[in-house]
Amino acid sequence: MNSAYTVPAVALVAVATAFVGAFGLRISRTTSDFYVASRTVGPRLNAAAISGEYLSAASFLGVAGLVLLQGPDMLWYPVGYTAGYLVLLLFVAAPLRRSGAYTLPDFAEARLASRGVRRLAGVFVVGVGWLYLLPQLQGAGLTLAVLTGAPDALGAVIVAVVVVATVAAGGMRSITFVQAFQYWLKLTALLVPALFLLLAWQHDGAPRHPFAEPAAFRDQRTVRVDDTLDLRLDAPLTVTVDGTVDGRAHHDRTVTLPAGPHRVTAGTRLTFPEGAQVPEAEPVRPGTATASPAAGAEQRPLYATYGLILATFLGTMGLPHVVVRFYTSPHGVAARRTTVAVLALTGAFYLLPPLYGALGRLYTPELALTGKADAAVLLLPERMIGGAGGDLLGALVAGGAFAAFLSTASGLAIAVAGVLTQDMLPGRGALPARAVRRFRLGTVLAVAVPLVASVPAGSPPVADAVGLAFAVSASSFCPLLLLGIWWRRLTPPGAAAGMLAGGGGALLAAGATMAGLTGPGPLHTLLAWPALWSVPLGFLTMMLVSLATPGRVPDGTAAVLARLHLPEQLRTQAAS
Amino acid sequence: MSGFAAGLCAAVLPLLAAGFWLGRRTARPPGPGDLGTPVEHATFRTLHTASLAAPPLRAGLTEETARKSARRLRSLLGTDALCLTDNTRVLVWDGVGAHHRTEIIKRIAGPLDTGRGEVFRLTCRAPDCPVRWAVVAPLTVDDRVHGALVACAPRESAVLARAAAEVARWVSVQLELAELDRSRTRLIEAEIRALRAQISPHFVYNSLSVIASFVRTDPERARELLLEFAEFTRYSFRRHGTFTTLADELHAIEQYLSLARARFGDRLAVTLQIAPEVLPVTLPFLCLQPLVENAVKHGLEGRAGTCHIQITAQDAGAEALVVIEDDGAGMDPDLLRRILAGDESPSGGIGLSNADDRLRQVYGDDHGLVIETAPGAGMKITVRLPKYQPGVHSSGHLGQLGQD
Repeated sequence: MNSAYTVPAVALVAVATAFVGAFGLRISRTTSDFYVASRTVGPRLNAAAISGEYLSAASFLGVAGLVLLQGPDMLWYPVGYTAGYLVLLLFVAAPLRRSGAYTLPDFAEARLASRGVRRLAGVFVVGVGWLYLLPQLQGAGLTLAVLTGAPDALGAVIVAVVVVATVAAGGMRSITFVQAFQYWLKLTALLVPALFLLLAWQHDGAPRHPFAEPAAFRDQRTVRVDDTLDLRLDAPLTVTVDGTVDGRAHHDRTVTLPAGPHRVTAGTRLTFPEGAQVPEAEPVRPGTATASPAAGAEQRPLYATYGLILATFLGTMGLPHVVVRFYTSPHGVAARRTTVAVLALTGAFYLLPPLYGALGRLYTPELALTGKADAAVLLLPERMIGGAGGDLLGALVAGGAFAAFLSTASGLAIAVAGVLTQDMLPGRGALPARAVRRFRLGTVLAVAVPLVASVPAGSPPVADAVGLAFAVSASSFCPLLLLGIWWRRLTPPGAAAGMLAGGGGALLAAGATMAGLTGPGPLHTLLAWPALWSVPLGFLTMMLVSLATPGRVPDGTAAVLARLHLPEQLRTQAAS
Repeated sequence: MSGFAAGLCAAVLPLLAAGFWLGRRTARPPGPGDLGTPVEHATFRTLHTASLAAPPLRAGLTEETARKSARRLRSLLGTDALCLTDNTRVLVWDGVGAHHRTEIIKRIAGPLDTGRGEVFRLTCRAPDCPVRWAVVAPLTVDDRVHGALVACAPRESAVLARAAAEVARWVSVQLELAELDRSRTRLIEAEIRALRAQISPHFVYNSLSVIASFVRTDPERARELLLEFAEFTRYSFRRHGTFTTLADELHAIEQYLSLARARFGDRLAVTLQIAPEVLPVTLPFLCLQPLVENAVKHGLEGRAGTCHIQITAQDAGAEALVVIEDDGAGMDPDLLRRILAGDESPSGGIGLSNADDRLRQVYGDDHGLVIETAPGAGMKITVRLPKYQPGVHSSGHLGQLGQD
């Protein structure tokens, strides 16, 4: 891939982000435009900001990669990512805004009047934030490695440094404008190349391939295997091998491999003939016998799909960087309108990644063998169009991908750093300078931990890693929010126990999966998609413990619930 | 090397553990078993039980607090049954013989009326009922009877009567303390209400004179200004709610500035720089306008040139940062410190110390005004407003302020 265009594109995105962030404020010098300067953010602008912050590397790269790897089953990802906002809209958006809470710990305190539950919610915000940041950084590393051949960790370090620099320096002074800008940038970066790709596909005679069948090579294709992997063949396969297969060295020889498992050593080049099916592949990690969460389709049972659906539907409402954006809405009704607009914007966006995935199955099926399926979006323009045009479109996509990393990572960094400075770091002070210093320390901590963790953690597909963050959020914050808003008998001990049981269980499962402690088999499946057991566990524990401690229902519950559910105009009319 | 390190660890760890254990043992405060005569012993135990019963009662006499303290009080008196009542009903019955509830309520009407203790015999048909006698001791707060403590025993006992009276007196003291807590909270609320900013009389006078000067020359302008004035006074005279949003406060500031501009014309240059994210932030009502008024006053004081005022509101994580800056005469920091401490009555900026007081009341001492100034160097006032604070709602009433 030609990096002559890519590097400037990525740099341009970073500079534009910083520029909009620093100078996008509304400034007025005459009293006549005071009104404009002090106007609150409208639902559409806020919705673009929420979408910009929300559409992460998982959406931009990961969905296409998973569709390429595993076909139409993975369409549940974009559906789930979008539908989460429907649940948010119906049950949470307006009451959450009316609670006056800025973060999830704020909500816990406002609803339950308990410092302990607040602190516990803070721990989970940090946990979800870190889990979510990890794949963003890994995705950045992958993108840069694919585009420029840089070492894997470099992209992660670059994104981490840019995020810490802009956030800690107070560069995100107008975060709403930055994130809205990022949304439109991301949409453009996928939409424009997609149109060209569709034209190229049409020009190519609109080839079709049954979606449900394994992908096949459309022409003779040489694949270089970077990491040792196991192939599972359903039928004998004839390939030209230059390297080591099953421990035997071959030099540009045509070999027919019988059906069954085969091990291909790193560095081997396989040349597949036209029309050959892409075999199921599974990377072999040194030291562990772990299957990657995105192993073959038969390893992803129906259970995993249900777990995914539950996690994404219920997890969106607990994402720390999404929740804080709702504070920008002036009142509950605006929050609801904002959510409707978010549904439209994200829905429109998510039409595109599956398209890339489908085209990827046609034109770049070999990515499934190299473990870099997430790069499909980046490589398609060059592969299908080629020439300077392909390079330019590739640069546009790369810029969009970096926008995805930057916006989501900075939003998460701000949210996590806010909780760290407010509830966890010691030493509060009156001087603004000291508060700023603590916030900077919090930001560094918020980004450094996932950056360090991204080195040893294997690289599961980014969409799967994000799925774990959704699962933790769905099993800790979803019960807290839904029961907190709709059930008056919730008690602080109940909320704490529910979050610990559901969220803690999901968090442990996520940690075990990330660290590769689970062997293959049903245990791994249970832990890699925990939502199906951890969400009901969280709800049940929260309700049962609440019912068992009826004396601990906070005193002001009725007043708090009235404030959550009464529209503001009723309250202000009654008051004035 | 690593073997050496492991060996070192293995050697040091038991040593550390032994030292920790030794330290814990020698530093442990002497337990009840280590001191004193049996009498002292009993005293300590009694005091301990009493101290355990105190915290619930500090929240006042309700069913829940009575339930929490009754067990401790009963073990303090060593009776078979103990009951706490208010003036009309039994709040809690701890121990045996709960079937006497209704009888007790009937019989304590007298002691509650007179405020004097009484011992009476209970009528009971159950032959094995251990509760035969009841000692009633009223609970009084400020000479008013709030309820009674009833101790029941199998036989009449002067010692129990005396002890019950003492315990009742001790409970009364706790209830008085609870009353004190409540009045302290009310005092803080009243203080906040009293601290409500009022628009300065000078401002009313100046605005009206300015408007009067326009009535002949530019009636349309005069009408607009009068409407601005009406809007502004309506905002500042409103009675409901202690809190407002930053957007509303900025709107009031806009009205104030348009009136000030009418008076000072081009001598006043204002720049406003607002991050829209912080506009929904809730803050004490009329808390920033006095600061702007102060900046206008200082900016124009004793000089002919233009005064530049800059108002910025930034998003800073979980807080909003509001900065009001002028390039006017500034102030001696020591004088300012005395004004803020309330030692000196302010000649100029009336609202400064008031705004500072209210911010500290609502958000705690970390969130007072931060003022940077020197004579001739202008003044920069920074306010940090938390985006969320328990009990702060823009159109609600005052929450549980002063309780945490």
